[in-house]
Amino acid sequence: MRIGVFVCQCGTNIAGTVDTQEVARRAGNLPDVAYATSYMYTCSEPGQQEIQRAIREKNLQGVVVAACSPRMHEPTFRRAVERAGLNRFMFEMANIREHVSWINNDREANTRKAAELVEMAVAKLRFNQPLFSSQISVNKRVMVIGGGVAGIQAALDCSDGGLDVVLVERKSSIGGKMAQLDKTFPTVDCSSCILGPKMVDVVQKDNITLHAASEVESISGYVGNFTVEVRKKATYVDWTACTGCGACIEKCPSRKVPDVFNENLANARAINIPFPQAIPKKATINRDYCLHFTKGKCGTCQKVCPTGAVNYEMQDEIVTEQVGAIIVATGYDLFDASVYGEYGGGRYADVISGIQYERILSASGPFGGHIKRPSDGKEPKDIVFIACVGSRDASVGRPYCSGVCCMYIAKQAILTRDHLPDTRVWVFYMDIRAPGKNYDEFVRRAQEEYGVQYIRGRVGKVYPKGDRMVVQGNDTLLGVQVEVEADLVVLATGIEASAGARELAEKLRISYDQYGFYMESHPKLRPVETNTAGVYLAGVCQGPKDIPSSVAMGSAAAAKVQALFSRDTIETNPQVALVNERVCISCGKCIQVCPFGAIQWKELRGGIRKAEVLPSVCQGCGLCNATCPPKAIQLQHATDNQILAEVNALCA
Amino acid sequence: MKRIAYYQGCSLEGLASEYDISTRAVCDALGIELIEIPDWNCCGSSPAHSADPLLSSALAGRNLAIAEAEGCDVVMTPCPGCLKSLKGALETCHDPQQCDAFREILGMPFEGRIRAISVLELLYKDVGVDALRAQVQKPYADQVIVPYYGCLLTRPPKFADFDDPENPVSMDRLLEAVGVTVPDFPYKTECCGATYGVTRNDIVGKLTGRILDMALRVGAEAVAVACPLCQQNLDLRQAQVNRHMNRTFDLPVVYITQVIGIALGIAPKELGLDKLFVNADFLLRSAREEEPQAKTIG
Ligand SMILES: Cc1cc2nc3c(=O)[nH]c(=O)nc-3n(C[C@H](O)[C@H](O)[C@H](O)COP(=O)(O)OP(=O)(O)OC[C@H]3O[C@@H](n4cnc5c(N)ncnc54)[C@H](O)[C@@H]3O)c2cc1C
Ligand code: SF4
Ligand code: SF4
Repeated sequence: MRIGVFVCQCGTNIAGTVDTQEVARRAGNLPDVAYATSYMYTCSEPGQQEIQRAIREKNLQGVVVAACSPRMHEPTFRRAVERAGLNRFMFEMANIREHVSWINNDREANTRKAAELVEMAVAKLRFNQPLFSSQISVNKRVMVIGGGVAGIQAALDCSDGGLDVVLVERKSSIGGKMAQLDKTFPTVDCSSCILGPKMVDVVQKDNITLHAASEVESISGYVGNFTVEVRKKATYVDWTACTGCGACIEKCPSRKVPDVFNENLANARAINIPFPQAIPKKATINRDYCLHFTKGKCGTCQKVCPTGAVNYEMQDEIVTEQVGAIIVATGYDLFDASVYGEYGGGRYADVISGIQYERILSASGPFGGHIKRPSDGKEPKDIVFIACVGSRDASVGRPYCSGVCCMYIAKQAILTRDHLPDTRVWVFYMDIRAPGKNYDEFVRRAQEEYGVQYIRGRVGKVYPKGDRMVVQGNDTLLGVQVEVEADLVVLATGIEASAGARELAEKLRISYDQYGFYMESHPKLRPVETNTAGVYLAGVCQGPKDIPSSVAMGSAAAAKVQALFSRDTIETNPQVALVNERVCISCGKCIQVCPFGAIQWKELRGGIRKAEVLPSVCQGCGLCNATCPPKAIQLQHATDNQILAEVNALCA
Repeated sequence: MKRIAYYQGCSLEGLASEYDISTRAVCDALGIELIEIPDWNCCGSSPAHSADPLLSSALAGRNLAIAEAEGCDVVMTPCPGCLKSLKGALETCHDPQQCDAFREILGMPFEGRIRAISVLELLYKDVGVDALRAQVQKPYADQVIVPYYGCLLTRPPKFADFDDPENPVSMDRLLEAVGVTVPDFPYKTECCGATYGVTRNDIVGKLTGRILDMALRVGAEAVAVACPLCQQNLDLRQAQVNRHMNRTFDLPVVYITQVIGIALGIAPKELGLDKLFVNADFLLRSAREEEPQAKTIG
């Protein structure tokens, strides 16, 4: 074989601590190496042309590039060698940046290690074989998991592009957190007025299938051909019959049910439709409070329902959906303020969270949009907002900024002064984070036009005094301790990963960070992709963000899916296991260990059975390769011979 | 009977001797055998600690090493200051950077397996609220007491590893278990002024004054404490407070072990009730002796 080696300097990224000339010189002495050189930026256009020129002029049959991580540029270089007529698997990459130059300053040791990594790559390449992908058809349906504003946007954009969409929402209605908001910053337009029509579109589009009150049970398959089992939870109401008339709700005698949509500021009934604009507008029975389930009596809703929709015998149902791509938009949950004993959240009725205050402000909320405090229904005269409750605080495991609280505090303060001009409003903050378009101006308006008192400092304690609350804090700009008496205290609780985010990630085989937010494939250049082909991200499930960014991400993910689906077929990855039938002893061990069910029996003449790999199902994990006693099954591009050649090169 | 090493510390030998005798009496009544650490020495607090942290750790470590040698796996000390020193020694012992130097100074075998706890933690976690309730002989009638935790018992949170650092409830629950009425006390962890009592008693006057004032405002007849320094600032210095704030506070400040001891049927004298500066005989009031009177708890 005639091999060419290209040692990249990556500007000074590699050349700064590795003698790339020396690495190239040593590579030139290796067996089969016909050409070795060092280049400034191998991934640049002239760099790639240099490789292609060398392939032609030196008749190279294989290429090694020693540069950055293969995660970064292996696809780039594979394309480059392919354009020069080589098979893309006649290429190997040695990572001398992330694994060498970036992690050590010792030039001599670095140069030695880089040379050895190159030697391993050359040794492996000598055993490489051209591999060829086959084409598989793409199922052009897309699943969106999570029906908040990000998921809704993604679903609608895909639907507009003519794709069939399956939208899976855990709650009984789509809408997510945005449905609970009163107005939205920085324009102060009504949240349900801008979200409502989009929610209605979801049910009116013929090509969107909505599974509400449903969760993903399991996911198998791969890009282009996923099989997803969806658990439709028993709602005890037949939604095909339910008209959303509400007759059952009116008559239900179980009236002390926490109203989750109203953040427990009101009571709901055991049979309920969460809010008037709910989509789908269908009733659901809460088993924990329903007298039929808890006491074995009642049955009122069944009697009054004009369409006979109530069915106490209903069971969860599993439906199987075949899709080619998945967009994850599972949003977020809010930090539990009771973690801070000093604020009294969860202990004092008039210490509430920001999302509770949204419900109080909302015309469809527990108090019909009149600002009242929960304890006694009095109109508050003094309100204190506390920022960063469960954000930017490493001591509670939340060192990150939630990104939206500064803005929603300003919004809620402005709305408060709009509703009740005599009410005084204070805000205790650490720093004001308002980097969006028209955002800082908005906070300024709160301060200057609406006379909201901003105090820079943390609050140390909140406690009751008579029927009011005392807020003790410090003003770090004036360097004094301050005490404010208030009728209502609003804690701007931070954003955290949604419950169950980690479990879902395991099913999707995507990664998440230490807080449970999903990891994008590249923080700058691949923000909506994941490292699992065909799975995309949208909205807060990837990290805290506001509505405009969530919507933008929803649209971006939809665009990615459309690009994927613009082809009728996609190439399979030929790096899969392959059985050498002459060596196979038919023991069946590989079938047992394969986690993806990718190996099956194949009958030969005379009733002999041999193992056979289904290339479209195999994920290339290599478990069978390691298990097979006679080594009959080999993972292509990582065969025993290739790996041993690398080890030998290293140990020689 | 549970065997637990007992580290008394210097405060409990002197001004806070009632904390010592009431702790011993309560443990005895609850069937806990306290093994006083033989030949115990200074815990290594302020003077040693400000000179050399390692010396401080070694001093505390010696006490722990003796306790381990006595075969105890728990050491209890009523004083939060001592507890901090003992826990500090354990931390030093387990810190790979300091461990060797620490052992060398210590010069005696020490595994560092022993657990250091406060008497509060012993009662709350090891004995438990329900078990305590079951042992009550003379439940309180209508006494209203607020718990005052001070700064050190639950902080720093990772170090103390006990109760909520900002809204602790262990004393609340223990007091309730013996029949005391416990109002919500906002100042349960406010600063008492600590050792400023020596140099700037005007500061302590102001700070403890606020605490006593809040206790009265929520309807308390007394403040229960678990720290000798807090007790001293709130009780011994109450006259100074009155002078600084121009008030006439007359609010008993009792150790939690004294409150529990009475309910367990222990004689007041054995609990050192007579050693307090502000008279705390209200603890002995039983339901029948007193006319029922309306109490406002705010
Ligand atoms: C008090 C408050 C006020 C705010 N005000 C504003 C504002 O004025 N302007 C602004 O721009 N932003 C505001 N925000 C931020 C805004 O709420 C978010 O940016 C936006 O809701 C994010 O949308 P999302 O779709 O990513 O997530 P979500 O709204 O959380 O939606 C996620 C959806 O996925 C569902 N789901 C979760 N897990 C699963 C699962 N495993 N399977 C199926 N479904 C699942 C959830 O039930 C939910 O319906 C505010 C936030 C708060 C807390
Ligand atoms: S059966 Fe359950 S849900 Fe229906 S009316 Fe009775 S309590 Fe309500
Ligand atoms: S484990 Fe190997 S030898 Fe056994 S059946 Fe599978 S392929 Fe054949």
